[in-house]
Amino acid sequence: MPETAINAAGPAFGDVVADEGRLRHFLDGLPGVDPVALEQRAASLATRSIKKQSKLTAIDLATSMVDLTTLEGADTPGKVRNLIRKGLLPDPERPDTPPVAAVCIYPDLVPVAAAALAEAGTTRRIKIASVATAFPSGRAALEVKIADVRSAVQAGADEIDMVIDRGAFLAGQYGKVYDEIVEIKDAAGPARLKVILETGELATYDNVRKASWLALLAGGDFIKTSTGKVSPAATLPVTHVMLQAVRDWKRLTGQQRAVKPAGGIRTAKDAIRYLVAVREVAGPEWLDAYWFRFGASSLLNDLIMQRRTQLEGHYWGGDYVTVD
Amino acid sequence: MSPSTESSSIDWEYAPAPESEAIGRVKDRYLPFIDGKFIEGGGDDLVTVNPGRDEPLSTVSTVDEADLDNAVRAARRAYDGPWSKLSGAERGKYLFRIARGVAERSRELAVLESLDNGKPIKETRDFDIPTVAQHFFYHAGWADKLGHLGFGPDPRPLGVAGQVIPWNFPLLMAAWKIAPALAAGNTVVIKPAETTPLSALVLAEIIADADLPPGVVNVVTGAGDIGAALVRHPGLDKVAFTGSTAVGKQIQRTLAGTGRRLTLELGGKGANIVFADAAIDQAVEGIVNGIFFNSGQVCCAGSRLLVQEPIAEELITRLIERTETLRVGDPLDKNTDVGAINSRDQWNKITELTDAGIDEGAQVWRSSCPLPDKGFFVSPTIFTGATQTMRIAREEIFGPVLSVITFRTPDEALAKANNTPYGLSAGVWTEKGSRAMAMAARLQAGVIWDNTWNKFDPAAPFGGYQESGFGREGGPAGLAGYLDTDDEAVIK
Repeated sequence: MPETAINAAGPAFGDVVADEGRLRHFLDGLPGVDPVALEQRAASLATRSIKKQSKLTAIDLATSMVDLTTLEGADTPGKVRNLIRKGLLPDPERPDTPPVAAVCIYPDLVPVAAAALAEAGTTRRIKIASVATAFPSGRAALEVKIADVRSAVQAGADEIDMVIDRGAFLAGQYGKVYDEIVEIKDAAGPARLKVILETGELATYDNVRKASWLALLAGGDFIKTSTGKVSPAATLPVTHVMLQAVRDWKRLTGQQRAVKPAGGIRTAKDAIRYLVAVREVAGPEWLDAYWFRFGASSLLNDLIMQRRTQLEGHYWGGDYVTVD
Repeated sequence: MSPSTESSSIDWEYAPAPESEAIGRVKDRYLPFIDGKFIEGGGDDLVTVNPGRDEPLSTVSTVDEADLDNAVRAARRAYDGPWSKLSGAERGKYLFRIARGVAERSRELAVLESLDNGKPIKETRDFDIPTVAQHFFYHAGWADKLGHLGFGPDPRPLGVAGQVIPWNFPLLMAAWKIAPALAAGNTVVIKPAETTPLSALVLAEIIADADLPPGVVNVVTGAGDIGAALVRHPGLDKVAFTGSTAVGKQIQRTLAGTGRRLTLELGGKGANIVFADAAIDQAVEGIVNGIFFNSGQVCCAGSRLLVQEPIAEELITRLIERTETLRVGDPLDKNTDVGAINSRDQWNKITELTDAGIDEGAQVWRSSCPLPDKGFFVSPTIFTGATQTMRIAREEIFGPVLSVITFRTPDEALAKANNTPYGLSAGVWTEKGSRAMAMAARLQAGVIWDNTWNKFDPAAPFGGYQESGFGREGGPAGLAGYLDTDDEAVIK
């Protein structure tokens, strides 16, 4: 295994990644996840009351955490330019609305996004995130995935969203998944790496916990739930498990890592439920766009509408915000 | 780009969200319900206190012995008259009507119960009141199927049941007692606790609205003396009591030799046993639920945590972090996780036992969550380094106080868990099914939870061993406590 792997894992876990056997032993030794109590806790946290100032704070926080995403075969340069403008200034009528964290696009559109950002020339800055590694299936040769990542970073991507090889994971080839994440992290260079676990395909919460740890051991900067192309995508209980993983990782290594639920989060109300989980499961130090993101396309419009509702006392409806 | 320059995590607080007190429709004064009517009792009025604010909430007229006598006579007339002659299907209709009445007034009942008891609205709204309705629905379904219970083809009701219930789940305990008694064809005289009489009296309104024949259900109010007078009343055929072990023993003495049936559901000191292979985050949830639900004022609370040594330190760290996130405060605020202690007396008792634990040398940890200035609140408290000899490990504290004991082997865990005069509940946390089953078979407790805690269902019997009482409530076993049969019981 490459040298970087052991550095990434840190001294606390130096030898668990030394070979496939030890890695499997370690992952299988993680505490199990009991679905009944997990889902019960996720449901109970979803009933916290967030209103008035607390809601406004939450809406702005959630807005600043959005990775505004378009991942369609039909994406065009024009759509990406619109997305950049929307991300920089989500609500032109209310310029105090915070910008989003990033736009999330396919690698071939990164140059378009970089140029659009340069042209915009505002003091505001958002990141460019790009889904590489043969997104969304991840079914390509490693060299192809690495080339995909390199081209995105060279074109100006600040963040790389990679998918893990779920086939290898489900077959128990944890070492293969690990090696691939390490290689991609290396190829991504200065860009932060988001590791998409595609939790909807992992089937059990135990697997979600194992995959989270695998990604953290391999040096992933973020663990991310989903591509958005598989159902179920992000769910509250799954996000709880991932938040527990980064919390435990920090306790053991001192390193803080980030979490990104993606797919299916469409309303401000949904987003706020995730923020409550962030606060109460991982801790308030994760309540920041550096440590928590939402992968979403339609969430931003609801956040804008709910923000106006909070400020103006009445609801305007979808025709008063832009659709792209 | 580095987190130190880019990140500044914010201090984000939730908005207070108190339910409106007006929803509870608290009246200035409540009357006992005897023979189908709300009547002035012959006793002195008592003042019921809102424990969340330490302020008077309402006054309740109480009964004297003459009223009690009238109530028992009314119940007898109702039993001899219409009630015991009704078909099971007809009785079931009344029970369904009560269940729907509870469901229709659930919001009002949730607020009222929270005001009178001090428990958080999220517990009354999401657990107590829905479970109350479920108990009536469940038993309504049995009313016309008693011949299929396993007590022979035609089991008979006992007659008049005297029931005394506690203050920790005022309406839920009323439902646990009234629903099976009526389903089996008995009539009822029930006395709610002195500190929490209101919801039972609103239930009496619902029962009156359901057009039950007068006297089938009578709600008598008063303190312990009225409870004592009720259970020794010669007009009863059955006594059911939920409350403290000390009072339970007195009742058993009183009834000895009278031939009257008795069920007792008394105290507990439940052991929550966590093995090293447990799903640790969910075990933490279960521990929190086991001891901080209703501020630990639960007879089946998991008040003793037995942790296997290899994970003791890690588990306690996680447990303390988790407990620190609990929000203690205004019971009517829907963000509140832990509400008020029911009364000043109970608050004093908890404080006394906690002080005893400190004196005996256990290490105490208390949540830093700020407590309201007024009302009876206790910070969630965890004792580590507790030993079996300490009072905190032996006596029922009935508050949000957990004592943590460690063990090394399953046998040691069993020995410690069973080493209590009680035996109401226990729990086992392990990912290994065979271990859970082996432990459950040897734990002396009426309810054993596997990888969970505080799961209740009207179909599941509940009750204890040893000083936790005898008899069961819920399910066919609970109905058996209200039925007589010449045939040998198939299920008991």
